[in-house]
Amino acid sequence: MDVILFLIFAAISLVCAVNVVIQPHPISSAISLIGVMGSLAVLYLLLGAEFIAAAQVIVYAGAVMVLFLFVIMLLNAGRETAQSKSETAHLLGVPALLVFALLLAYFLRQRPEEGVHFGGFTGGSAEAVGRALFTAYLLPFEVVSVLILIAIVGAIVLARKEI
Amino acid sequence: MQQVPQSWFLVLSALLFALGVAGFLFRRNIVTVFMSIELMLNAVNLSFITFAYQHKDVGGQLSAFFVMVVAAAEAAVGLAIILTVFKNRETLNIDDISSMKN
Amino acid sequence: MDASTAFYVISLIKILVVFAVLMTTLAYLQWIERKVIAHIQVRPGPYFVGPHGLLQPLADVVKLITKEDLLPPYVNKPIYLAAPFIAVSMALLSISVIPFGPKIDVFGYQTYMQLTDLNIGVLFILAVSSVGVYGVALAGWSSNNKYALLGALRSSAQMISYELPLSLAIAAPLLISNTLSLRQLVVTQGGAPGHPGTFWNWNLFHGWQWISFIIFLIAAFAETNRVPFDLAEAENELVAGFHTEYSSMKFASFFMAEYANMITVSCMAVLLFLGGWVAPWPAKYGSGLVPVAVFALSGLIALYHGLHPARRMDRFSLPVVGVVFLIVAAVFLAPFTQSWLLPLFWFCAKVGLILFAFIWVRGTLPRFRYDQLMVFTWKFLFPIAVMNLLVTGLVVALV
Repeated sequence: MDVILFLIFAAISLVCAVNVVIQPHPISSAISLIGVMGSLAVLYLLLGAEFIAAAQVIVYAGAVMVLFLFVIMLLNAGRETAQSKSETAHLLGVPALLVFALLLAYFLRQRPEEGVHFGGFTGGSAEAVGRALFTAYLLPFEVVSVLILIAIVGAIVLARKEI
Repeated sequence: MQQVPQSWFLVLSALLFALGVAGFLFRRNIVTVFMSIELMLNAVNLSFITFAYQHKDVGGQLSAFFVMVVAAAEAAVGLAIILTVFKNRETLNIDDISSMKN
Repeated sequence: MDASTAFYVISLIKILVVFAVLMTTLAYLQWIERKVIAHIQVRPGPYFVGPHGLLQPLADVVKLITKEDLLPPYVNKPIYLAAPFIAVSMALLSISVIPFGPKIDVFGYQTYMQLTDLNIGVLFILAVSSVGVYGVALAGWSSNNKYALLGALRSSAQMISYELPLSLAIAAPLLISNTLSLRQLVVTQGGAPGHPGTFWNWNLFHGWQWISFIIFLIAAFAETNRVPFDLAEAENELVAGFHTEYSSMKFASFFMAEYANMITVSCMAVLLFLGGWVAPWPAKYGSGLVPVAVFALSGLIALYHGLHPARRMDRFSLPVVGVVFLIVAAVFLAPFTQSWLLPLFWFCAKVGLILFAFIWVRGTLPRFRYDQLMVFTWKFLFPIAVMNLLVTGLVVALV
């Protein structure tokens, strides 16, 4: 049952990721990216990260991607026109990436492992995450809040109309 | 087989990361390039959470959480930059935006 | 039947029951809304289709189904077809975690009156409503229409701006109840099995969450695109906003999604602030007689007006209504319904109260202009929500 769930959502995420890279129109890429994020959220649930899965959907798929969608709609970004691309890049690049991915996968397989199943890791609840966030990881938490403040100020400064 | 081997998650993460790199290198539209960066960040998040499961440590999930927050901040600023670039150059094609020689 | 097949069968039955009740409620919520707004405006409302307009929702459904289902040639087909589907499925998905009552016994199997109890239930509802924004945004984009696009952008910007005070207003009672699971929220507000609480246990009173409640309601009005925040879809503004190019069933889907969202946020308000299915005072001190009194009184009033009818058809319809209400009052007196019907009644009564507030506000207030709306959330509601969370956190930490 867990295997079937993993296979379905991994397939969805791979198809949507390929779609992100291949689609000519940015809106289709954006919607496919939302699909990737949604299926990754389900995979996080399988790995026992329930709070992070919810945060992924609320923050990433629900806010960041809406921002992307707004920008694409506002700029009226049209379809990307086909350009003269370097044939060498395509000939070498795609197989190279495939080899890279498979090598990475091979090296990562060397560890002995137990299987992943629902309930294998119960330390990902909101309470556990909150406890760790406010004790062991307090400094990164505060630094990240300052980072968001900087990002807000920067975005407003960049996007306002110059009078 | 009731359990999913952990390496499958890592393989998926590697594939997603490779696809993100491919999109980043080969696409000409600046917004699509940005979305490929987000795809790479998501792939890395999946790795973090898989390793959190492996070591039974919630710190991996927190690292993924911080990556998510940084990605959100970066998306906000990056999209503001894209809007400004579009206002000045009237195009979203990264070849045409570049004003460097050759 | 062993335990696991029993679980699947019971879950299937629960899904069917909740779905049927929800669809009927959606249809009749529209009837109630039209009637209430009509009476606020001193006119009768839908009256001719069936007694007192009760078959009006049926007529509307038939009309919408038989209307021509246009697929304009200039729209982006996949996204155009997907957008109402996303809106409706997200709206209905959030009902799946709402608890309607305590544990009940069904033919010997114990089950909760809830489709599923997630231990991140509140986050699930927030996540699902965040994804529901896409239904609106993509509908406007795919319609290839200036008005639709503007309406969609405004509406989705409004929805994501008001998600912030909504989340902060939700966080405050969560600090007090100390749980994210919706069932546990009610248990901490006096719903523990065997230890019924009173209205004083509710988060609104004992937790002093008045400000959070008001912020939650205002943000909920904005999230569901209801008056006074319905600029994006009002008929006399932007043509019809983001659903300009939609007809027949797809248009009906957007309306269903809006009403389902309304029901979801009302249920959330009841679960977070008003104690879920906990009666104002425990049943053993007589709160079980309140529904009996309410229904018996309405039945008697209906019967009385049936004897002196104001209109010709009331001679038949009002006594029938009166008798039905008296039968319902008798059902509430029966002992076998005390454990499950009473909590369900209190839950539905509270949700009904908040839905009535939604409809009441629609009939009373004018709508905000878009810039007023945005200034209201970013400069007023959000700082107040943050201060409220801060004060609640301080009190919880120090007390």
